[in-house]
Amino acid sequence: MNVGDPILNISIFAAFVVVTLIIVLRVSRTNKTANDFYAAGRSFSGGQNGTAIAGDYLSAASFLGICGAIAINGYDGFLYSIGFLVAWLVALLLVAELLRNTGKFTMADVLSFRLKERPVRLAAATATLAVCFFYLLAQMAGAGGLVSLLLGVNDRLGQSVVIAVVGFIMIFYVLIGGMKGTTWVQIIKAVLLIAGAGVMTVWVLALNGFNLSTLLGQAASVAGEGILNPGAQYGLTGLSRLDFVSLALALVLGTAGLPHVLMRFYTVPTAKEARRSVVWAIWLIGLFYLFTLVLGYGAAYLVGKDAILAAPGGVNSAAPLLAFELGGSILLAVISAVAFATILAVVAGLTITAATSFAHDVYANVIKKGAVPPNGEVKVARITVVVIGVLAIVGGIGVQGQNIAFLVALAFAIAASANLPTILYSLFWRKFTTRGALWSMYGGLGSALLLIIFSPVISGAETSMFSNVDFSWFPLSNPGIVSIPLGFFLGWLGTVTSSVKEDPQIAAEMEVRSLTGHGAEKASSH
Amino acid sequence: MAHDDTGTNVPSTAIDYVAIEESPAFIEHKRRHRSFVFPLAIAFLLWYFLYVFLADYAHDFMSIKVFGNINVGLLLGLSQFVTTFAITTWYVSFANRKLDPAAEKFRNELEEAERA
Repeated sequence: MNVGDPILNISIFAAFVVVTLIIVLRVSRTNKTANDFYAAGRSFSGGQNGTAIAGDYLSAASFLGICGAIAINGYDGFLYSIGFLVAWLVALLLVAELLRNTGKFTMADVLSFRLKERPVRLAAATATLAVCFFYLLAQMAGAGGLVSLLLGVNDRLGQSVVIAVVGFIMIFYVLIGGMKGTTWVQIIKAVLLIAGAGVMTVWVLALNGFNLSTLLGQAASVAGEGILNPGAQYGLTGLSRLDFVSLALALVLGTAGLPHVLMRFYTVPTAKEARRSVVWAIWLIGLFYLFTLVLGYGAAYLVGKDAILAAPGGVNSAAPLLAFELGGSILLAVISAVAFATILAVVAGLTITAATSFAHDVYANVIKKGAVPPNGEVKVARITVVVIGVLAIVGGIGVQGQNIAFLVALAFAIAASANLPTILYSLFWRKFTTRGALWSMYGGLGSALLLIIFSPVISGAETSMFSNVDFSWFPLSNPGIVSIPLGFFLGWLGTVTSSVKEDPQIAAEMEVRSLTGHGAEKASSH
Repeated sequence: MAHDDTGTNVPSTAIDYVAIEESPAFIEHKRRHRSFVFPLAIAFLLWYFLYVFLADYAHDFMSIKVFGNINVGLLLGLSQFVTTFAITTWYVSFANRKLDPAAEKFRNELEEAERA
């Protein structure tokens, strides 16, 4: 079944690409220094940056994935939204401002402030690249799935071509635009996405007399009463319930450890603006997740579970199909273009984060030991952008048809296990040592990866990546419940067993600076 | 912050940060920050996990209809949105009123000390 008009879909998406490209070219004239390329000269306001954070965060998994999950599984899909939103309080209360005050470009800047620089940077860069890689794969896989529905491209070759096109446009944006261009793409996309979802939400509510209860009743009359109650997806067995606890833990603690989110805090001039960014992000993201609740139940009622599952994109097609049901080909084309723009913007944000981490942490500080010629770092960052872009294209083609939600949840679990413990310890625990940081980061990262490899998502079940072999022994599909506490525990254990104590002078300097903003990187003026 | 040739951290200025850190004014600033964010962070995490456990293990309770087709689960879920928005607003007003003025005062003093 194909819905809508592929030509119309492509035209509206092309218009988005052209408009954003013009903007990227206009804003990128001042991209000269590392400060410009990585942190957009720290020139964004809290409102702009908060909108860009929403643009970065509301990925295809959020929009297509959650709408679909609610349409199919009802209440259990809604649980994702809550975890994704509440997580922002960790970033707001504990991380954003202190991080802005003590770092320059990357998460590793904060960790290496008072810990031994090279090993800590290498560990932080490894974790950053791992998280970005899984997140990237998820987005690219999402792009492939979306294409089949929206452009009527059903064969594998055609989908691969589209993934490659999306990848190359993204590489171009990031190379030319740096952080400033990427940020503008995210701002435009966030506005379009939230506006588009808002229009659809009002539309669905209008069809039901602006009464949520009526809408729920209609959805239940089509899909059965169970869609309103928890348990449809995770309530089946004791194990699946435990799996849900694990997922909930990864969601709420993962956000404040996601490198591309952390990096956004450096694009504003002060800690106060970083705080304002998070506040904007929380309101926008919260609003959007409220929309997805209506859209999900709207799709369950107006499109129906069977039609969604029968569509080429499967569960991910609920939102586009609902758009078609409401506004015909035109609305479908607009929503599809927005969905593509979503993938493009998120992929661009991840790529610049990964490139910054490699160029700034690994190349400039570990390999070259800080002795880099002017602009040498940015040159390496640009090359890294191309390498990562190509890897994402190849990987994205490789993981076509894989479960997107699993890859995103994996990225969250790794971020919460490998990054968050060290960030919190180094900001709040004076005695934290280099050994604690290394044990926590490598231990959290390693255990999360290991548990995933030996979980049913990789082997042993019908829905596994390799369904014909079985080497799984870890029964849960999300490792968070084990690997996150382990990351925290290893950070503590490594610290209390360290014989070397860290310099109290520098620890004092970090604490004073984190709470006062003294000596924080300033906005660059052009 | 700076690093010497071997990558070891060295203090970047002549400012005695240990003395500042141990000054009563700074201790009070730090206490004010932590005594606000820590209890609040613990509280919202407990509230979130209470909700998660109810949604995961108390299906019958969550399925009780309160009015129309709106059940307990939906109301509790939406209340997570409400508390998130409320905590955000509360923290921002606290930080603007209590934390920012103190931080600015320290910053000005430190910048003066650096110039001297």
